[in-house]
Amino acid sequence: MGPLTLVQVTPLQGYLLLAAVLFAIGLAGALTRRNAILVLIGIELMLNAANLNLIAFWRYGPHPEALTGMMFAIFSIAVAAAEAAVGLGLVIHIYRFTHTTDLDQINRMKG
Amino acid sequence: MQETISFTPQVGTSGIAQMLCLIPAVPVVASGVIALLKQPMRKTAATLAVGSLSFSLLLSLFAFAHVVSGWSHGHAVREVVNFTWIHVGATNVDLGCVLDPLSAVMLVMVCFVGLLIFIYSTGYMVHDENCTRFFCFMSLFAGAMLGVVIANSLLLLFMGWELVGLTSYLLIGFWYQKPSAAAAAKKAFLTTRVGDVFFLLGMVWLASGTGTLLFYNNGGGSMEAGALASLLGQHACWGLTAAGAIGLLIFAGAAGKSGQFPLHVWLPDAMEGPTPVSALIHAATMVAAGVYLIARVYPLMAAGSLLGGTTTALTVVTWVGAFTAVFAALIAVAQDDIKRILAYSTVSQLGYMMAGLGMGGVAVGMFHLITHAFFKALLFMGAGSVIHGCHDEQNIRKMGGLKADMPLTFVTYAAGMLALCGVPIFAGFWSKDGILEAGSHWSVSKGPVALLIFGALLTAFYMTRQVAYVFFGHWRGHKPAHESSAVMTIPLVILAIFACVLGLFGTPAWPWFQSFLGGRATPVEFRALLEPNVLLVSGVSVFVVLLGIVLAWWLYGDKSPKPDQPDVLQKAVPMPWAWLRNRLYVDEFYGVTFIAFYAWWARIADWLDRRVWGGAVSGVAVAFRGWAQVNRLLDTHVVDGTFDKGCEELSTGGGLLSRIQNGQIQAYLRWLALAVVVLAAILIWSSRA
Repeated sequence: MGPLTLVQVTPLQGYLLLAAVLFAIGLAGALTRRNAILVLIGIELMLNAANLNLIAFWRYGPHPEALTGMMFAIFSIAVAAAEAAVGLGLVIHIYRFTHTTDLDQINRMKG
Repeated sequence: MQETISFTPQVGTSGIAQMLCLIPAVPVVASGVIALLKQPMRKTAATLAVGSLSFSLLLSLFAFAHVVSGWSHGHAVREVVNFTWIHVGATNVDLGCVLDPLSAVMLVMVCFVGLLIFIYSTGYMVHDENCTRFFCFMSLFAGAMLGVVIANSLLLLFMGWELVGLTSYLLIGFWYQKPSAAAAAKKAFLTTRVGDVFFLLGMVWLASGTGTLLFYNNGGGSMEAGALASLLGQHACWGLTAAGAIGLLIFAGAAGKSGQFPLHVWLPDAMEGPTPVSALIHAATMVAAGVYLIARVYPLMAAGSLLGGTTTALTVVTWVGAFTAVFAALIAVAQDDIKRILAYSTVSQLGYMMAGLGMGGVAVGMFHLITHAFFKALLFMGAGSVIHGCHDEQNIRKMGGLKADMPLTFVTYAAGMLALCGVPIFAGFWSKDGILEAGSHWSVSKGPVALLIFGALLTAFYMTRQVAYVFFGHWRGHKPAHESSAVMTIPLVILAIFACVLGLFGTPAWPWFQSFLGGRATPVEFRALLEPNVLLVSGVSVFVVLLGIVLAWWLYGDKSPKPDQPDVLQKAVPMPWAWLRNRLYVDEFYGVTFIAFYAWWARIADWLDRRVWGGAVSGVAVAFRGWAQVNRLLDTHVVDGTFDKGCEELSTGGGLLSRIQNGQIQAYLRWLALAVVVLAAILIWSSRA
């Protein structure tokens, strides 16, 4: 494989790459942002990257007719929704206590 | 001289026997109430004391009447009310009351004399600031003494016995600010305690020998035939039966309480207490408790005697009594303190009672006890009146001529003195003659009766000497004397009447008292007075009494020597006088023997305690302290060092790790991301390989 050789990409690989990029963007957002809400958004991105993986592996996997991947994705979206609700509730409460959503100042959970 | 006393079996107990326990209970309760009163409430205290004792007297009279009526209907009453006090395993400790002629007579005497003395005390103690305390103790004493009298169990009797000992101690030391009074109280307590130890031993022996301490229990009591037979079967030592040995031990207790030689030393010193106390406790009732005890356990003392013979215990009682009678009378001759003379006289008369019990049985001794209680209480209260009238002067050498100043006291005192001397018709004559007559029949020896006749001479002598010093001659004090108030003289008059007539209840012609105690019919035989033996004894007794009186009057009558002049007898016989004056050196003898030994032994014990035992204990303590020091060093340097080091390391490690957890969630997340990357790298490399 020589340099600058365009690699033939299968659909699954394309989806996985897309999911990896999406996950990387989400992780970068969650790690670098100071605002708690933006961190939550980053987490949502990572979750959706995982969902994309689930759908992609199901669709191009050995049993595309069994609907298992879709089931996983639906459950995961439901859990993510619940998690987002809890996360936003926590953020609101933290804001009420500290009057800020800057995560650098929210450091009371240290050992 | 053993009388066969046959009592009819008990059918049921009468109401009065059931209420017998109230007689001591009421004064005890009154004493408890008085104890709660405040110091200034002296009127209330006196009223309570007198009222409670009046109630007891009333009940006692009912009880006495019940016994007399039963006796006059031909059966001697002996009713017992027993109850179980404690159950211990299979053993029961029983207490109880007994109503028989002996206790009935004592009850009436104690209540009656006690009541008169209480009334007298309201006058005598009126100026004392601790009047309330006085009546509290007096009531407690009366209750305890009545408890002794009604007790049907040696244990209950012993409880009352110790209580009267306690109140005696409290009342002798009533003026405890005086060192002499405090010392006298201690002496009385300790001396009687010596006797009480023997009493307790006898009691334990009796309980183990017969299984019961009840006197009478319808055939099952320790003074009844079955128990006595089993005691006679056991042999103690030196040829004594168990009954004899127990009798002697109990007599030692009685000797302590009744001031018999050699335990008499406390009684004269006990005169430090207030005079009503001397009259009630140390003349009429408590000291007579010893005699009463011997009368109560008389079946035990007399158990095993042959017909007309006597027992070892009774022989000892007789000799001790007779010796004490003469011994104390001798000392009384050379004393100057009015109460001390009477105290020695009491010791002497108690000796007569003991000898009477030993030689003639219960009735003879008890009759003298009753008559003596009346006239000796009279004499003490008369002495109290004299002391009161002479402004607390007790030395008879500094009195004189009180006949004119205190006529009522003089007349009553003279009646008591004649009764004590044993002048015919007066109470003491008949009771003392009973003892002398019993002594003349005594089969063992004629020694005691000779001693007692000599004692009678001495009694007449010292009483005449005292009366001559106090009431005749001329006044040798400073302030003139005055007659006492009516509240004090009226009891004197009542007692004086009894001192005159009480003897008529026990004359040889009409031995009412003796028959009553013995449970026999009373014969009225005037011929009995003319029996040769009775005549001889009376004649001798009257002769020695008159001799004593005349001799004393010849030496002392109307002479009034100055207080600083020596006594007539001192001039005549200085050497024996000094001996008698110093109470035959018994106290000094005890001082150099028992007390010195005791002090020496205490010093040894003290030295042992300080040096030997104390040293041993300190040595052990030092050893333990040293060992503890070693342990401490080990702990701090070895055990603690290791542990501390380990803890330090853990703490440092924890500190380092805790830096990771800085509370910033994104930092955690970074670690997580790093870990994911590392894991992914490992995954990729491992799949390559």
